Amino acid sequence: MKQYFKNTWDGLFTVFIGMKVTFKHLFTPAVTIQYPDIKVKLPDRVRNRLYVNMDDCIGCDQCSRACPVSCIEIETVKSIPGEDLGFTSNGKKKALWVTKFDIDIAKCCYCQLCVFPCPTECIYMTDVYEFAEYERSNFIYKFATLTNEEAAQKKINYEKLQAEKAAAAAKPKPETPAQTENKSE
Amino acid sequence: MYQFLYNLIGNELIAGLLVAVVPLTIILVFALFGIWLERKVSAHMQDRLGPMRTGWHGWLQTVADLMKMLQKEDIVATGADKTLYNIAPILVFTGSFAAYAVIPFSSKLLGSEVEIGLFYVLAISSLVVAGILMAGWSANNKYSLLGAMRAAAQIISYEIPTALIVLSMVMLTGTLSLDKISQMQTSSFWNWNIFGGAIFGLSKFLLIPFMFVGAMIIFISTLAEVNRVPFDIPEAESELVAGYFTEYCGMKWGMFMLAEYGNMFAVSAIVSILFFGGYQSPIGYLGNSIGAQWLVPFEQGFWFIAKGLTLVFVQMWLRWTLPRLRVDQLMTVCWKYLIPYAFINLIIIGIISIL
Repeated sequence: MKQYFKNTWDGLFTVFIGMKVTFKHLFTPAVTIQYPDIKVKLPDRVRNRLYVNMDDCIGCDQCSRACPVSCIEIETVKSIPGEDLGFTSNGKKKALWVTKFDIDIAKCCYCQLCVFPCPTECIYMTDVYEFAEYERSNFIYKFATLTNEEAAQKKINYEKLQAEKAAAAAKPKPETPAQTENKSE
Repeated sequence: MYQFLYNLIGNELIAGLLVAVVPLTIILVFALFGIWLERKVSAHMQDRLGPMRTGWHGWLQTVADLMKMLQKEDIVATGADKTLYNIAPILVFTGSFAAYAVIPFSSKLLGSEVEIGLFYVLAISSLVVAGILMAGWSANNKYSLLGAMRAAAQIISYEIPTALIVLSMVMLTGTLSLDKISQMQTSSFWNWNIFGGAIFGLSKFLLIPFMFVGAMIIFISTLAEVNRVPFDIPEAESELVAGYFTEYCGMKWGMFMLAEYGNMFAVSAIVSILFFGGYQSPIGYLGNSIGAQWLVPFEQGFWFIAKGLTLVFVQMWLRWTLPRLRVDQLMTVCWKYLIPYAFINLIIIGIISIL
């Protein structure tokens, strides 16, 4: 019987204690933030969306090779003599036309391994983290600054140069093998 | 109310419909407000903010949800018993809506002036059990069935302490009319039933502790009757998905929600009428003191809504404080604790009231 009244008392009293706690919390300021309006400042070395500064890119392909998930695709075309591609911001001479620099950010695992090999520090992580898309194809970010026509033109230029070189190299060629043939005979 | 409108319009049908529309509006507006309040209260108790983006502090959130619900496709599972499945939400809502017929919002705003209002409320709110059982059974879903069975067991059990406390109040006041019970507790909060009623004397002071016990018991048992936490085992979202309305979607689900909030206010209204003076002001009326008699019913309406909302707030407060009871604990609380206390309370109040 004593236990019965004790149970009753405990049942009521503990409820009141709990109610006191929740009532206090009713007037505690919220610990949450209104996310899209207010954003928490991110840490300095945060890893989010990749960005490539194409002015500095020399098309060395090192980031692509470092990528563990192969999300970077680079195609380059050698420049022909007389074309001035300029210099990177840390003084390296650019020698390649970067005709394709695609990053499939949907594949990216945000490991930042591509950032370290870059000799010109042109590929880096930004603090942008809201880049949801409706189409998966929109996740392929195209960084190449050349238009398709320009890229095609560069390719043709280079092939022309190669052909000229080959032609130049081929002209004396038939003579030399002939001579050797003669010699051997 | 009905008589007033009948005299005004002179048509029985229109007057009757208008009288019926008033509590319907009150339920709808209260449900909109109550759901918003519930979200805000829960959020602030958990140190969150809750809905903030639709209107000022998200006050339009429920309206937006209602719009979404109205547009939803009405899906009925092939295994469900379609007739019962469709009737159930209507029946549940009818049960909670019908209880409003006799609740006096003020001395002038009163649907029906029946003499057996209290009895009617107890009887009509049992309709909800039938609706819940129907919903759970016809849905042909194991969670629904479990929820419905639990709901039936719970509501029927908890009707006993409710009825015992109501009985003791009837013994004290000598009437079943909710309007008359309200009228008895007039002029000051000292005359409320929780402070022993309006008759000043020794019995009033003797009654006070038992009235407190009675108020607490009826509050707990009505809380269980409307399936609110900590007595929400029929809905138990972590074990039964949503209990008896698991299979419902769109506006049918919305009707269960409306019924729940309608019931919350209805039981709060009953508790406030029985113990906290109903529509009576605790401090006297402004309308009487400045000589504007027409103001009194509006003040009464204000006090009634204020008391109802306070009790609803306490229900929400408990919801975000307490964990859910187990089934056996639920039955223990009812049969081993509430019923004996209510019964002893009934006997003592009976003896004191004949002193």
